[in-house]
Amino acid sequence: MIIFEHVSKTYDKATDRETKAVQDLNLKIEKGEFVFIVGNSGSGKTTLIRLLLKEIEATSGKIRVDGIEVTGMKRKMIPRYRRHLGVVFQDFRLLKDKNVYENVAFAQRVVVAPSREIRKRVPEVLAMVGLSSKYKSLPSQLSGGEQQRVAIARALVNRPEILLADEPTGNMDPGNAWQIMKLLEEINQMGTTVVVVTHSKEIVDKMKKRVITMKHGVIVTDKKESGYGNEN
Amino acid sequence: MGMRISTLWYCIRQGFRSIRKHKLFTLASVGTMAICVFLFCIFYSIVTNVQYMVKNLENTVGVTVFFDEGISEEEIFAIGDVIEAREGVAAIEYVSAEKAWESYQKDYFAEAPELAEGFAKDNPLANSASYEIYLDDIAGQQEFVDYLKTVPGIRRVNYSEMAATGLSSVNNLVGYVSMGIILILLAVAVFLISNTIAITISVRKEEIRIMRMIGATNFLIRAPFVVEGLIIGAFGAGIPLVIVYYAYGYAVRFCITRLSILSRILVLLPVGEVFRVLIPVALGLGLGIGLFGSIFSIRKHLKA
Ligand SMILES: Nc1ncnc2c1ncn2[C@@H]1O[C@H](COP(=O)(O)OP(=O)(O)OP(=O)(O)O)[C@@H](O)[C@H]1O
Ligand SMILES: [Mg+2]
Repeated sequence: MIIFEHVSKTYDKATDRETKAVQDLNLKIEKGEFVFIVGNSGSGKTTLIRLLLKEIEATSGKIRVDGIEVTGMKRKMIPRYRRHLGVVFQDFRLLKDKNVYENVAFAQRVVVAPSREIRKRVPEVLAMVGLSSKYKSLPSQLSGGEQQRVAIARALVNRPEILLADEPTGNMDPGNAWQIMKLLEEINQMGTTVVVVTHSKEIVDKMKKRVITMKHGVIVTDKKESGYGNEN
Repeated sequence: MGMRISTLWYCIRQGFRSIRKHKLFTLASVGTMAICVFLFCIFYSIVTNVQYMVKNLENTVGVTVFFDEGISEEEIFAIGDVIEAREGVAAIEYVSAEKAWESYQKDYFAEAPELAEGFAKDNPLANSASYEIYLDDIAGQQEFVDYLKTVPGIRRVNYSEMAATGLSSVNNLVGYVSMGIILILLAVAVFLISNTIAITISVRKEEIRIMRMIGATNFLIRAPFVVEGLIIGAFGAGIPLVIVYYAYGYAVRFCITRLSILSRILVLLPVGEVFRVLIPVALGLGLGIGLFGSIFSIRKHLKA
């Protein structure tokens, strides 16, 4: 479960013009939910994700994830906390010199999983994302959709409770984008909480999930089984 | 929570992997490091040997004391007891007038011992009884001579002022100069190694970003760079040690066989004696530089 209580984030980089990216935001996402976050560019969606990942510090307010107090968490605890979350980004962030298998195995290596577990688990998630046959390919030999599948497999390999996706289909044609969304839905149906930031109106409309719409750092609408920015 | 063996093993493997991947950088920093340690070894060998030779020379440079005319042997012995009791006196040797004459005869009348017979009854070197005094540290010679001159019964003190000031200042100079050079080399080596690590860090920036995102601990992110620094340090020290070991052995043999004329002055310390100190110091230096260089770099470029 993800809880935001009166969370604000103000960027005040050297420039004297400070940006209120998120303002007094309250939000509750239950375990096992599938949630879209939509909104114009600069409305604070990525800031929300980064706050959850503890990449940035909230200026005020409280964030709790699965009972863990994220705001005010000690630095030392951050790595262990991040293992609760899987993340995928628009730009995939794969290691270019490693093949598909190694990219996924990498996530298990850095949390020091036993190699027996790695050998069992990596083929499992590759099968789940439909890339079993391409395990030896380098990222440069894959399509955008396939690269995002690798990134998703990597995000899932350590069995996170929550999957965060920041514009995962931003660089894809509608067909590929739809397949990725279907994959995320499958993952959600297996019990993982999924939070997806997207600009794709068609996808949001078709999926009929909870949609949170942001504007200037605040939530303007939050509707169950909804569509994209329906102002009716 | 304790660290798992597999974590440590992972870091070590990563360190080696990084070295294999960046062969050129690694080679460059092992090379510069090797040069630094090599120079250190050379300086150390020179300094210890110069000090050793100076010590040898000091032991052959003494102070000679002559006595007032007509002084009795008992009085001379009494003076000898006083001198011997003084601090800093390594050895004192009595040369009687008869012994002085004997050795003089050997040196100057070796070809015609019959000429010396003429003086047999009347020692021309009467009143030439003396003490040869050797000091622990030649630096204290002047003070000691000043003291001797105040002792009643002593007529004359022979000593070499040059030897005293010369030898001890050579000793000091060699010490200071090599200390200074070694300090500079150390700074250069730390700088170079931290630069190499900085390059590896920048090459792996994307990988580190992903590691952070996945939830790798800081230890796991940083330790491979320390391992890398230590490996560079170990090779950077090991290679010059081997080279200097063989070169030094050769130098020792060369001095014994080819420079036998000088062999009384130019006596090199045995290989074992020098390397008993040099091996641990150079390895410690190499690993220390590797450790400091990498930590320095991590502090600067890998803030959590
Ligand atoms: N590191 C930063 N320093 C300063 N300002 C920032 C920083 N990151 C984001 N901002 C500002 O904060 C606001 C919210 O940015 P954010 O990235 O959260 O928007 P977004 O909803 O993800 O937009 P997009 O849909 O374009 O990705 C914007 O005005 C942005 O300029
Ligand atoms: Mg964004």
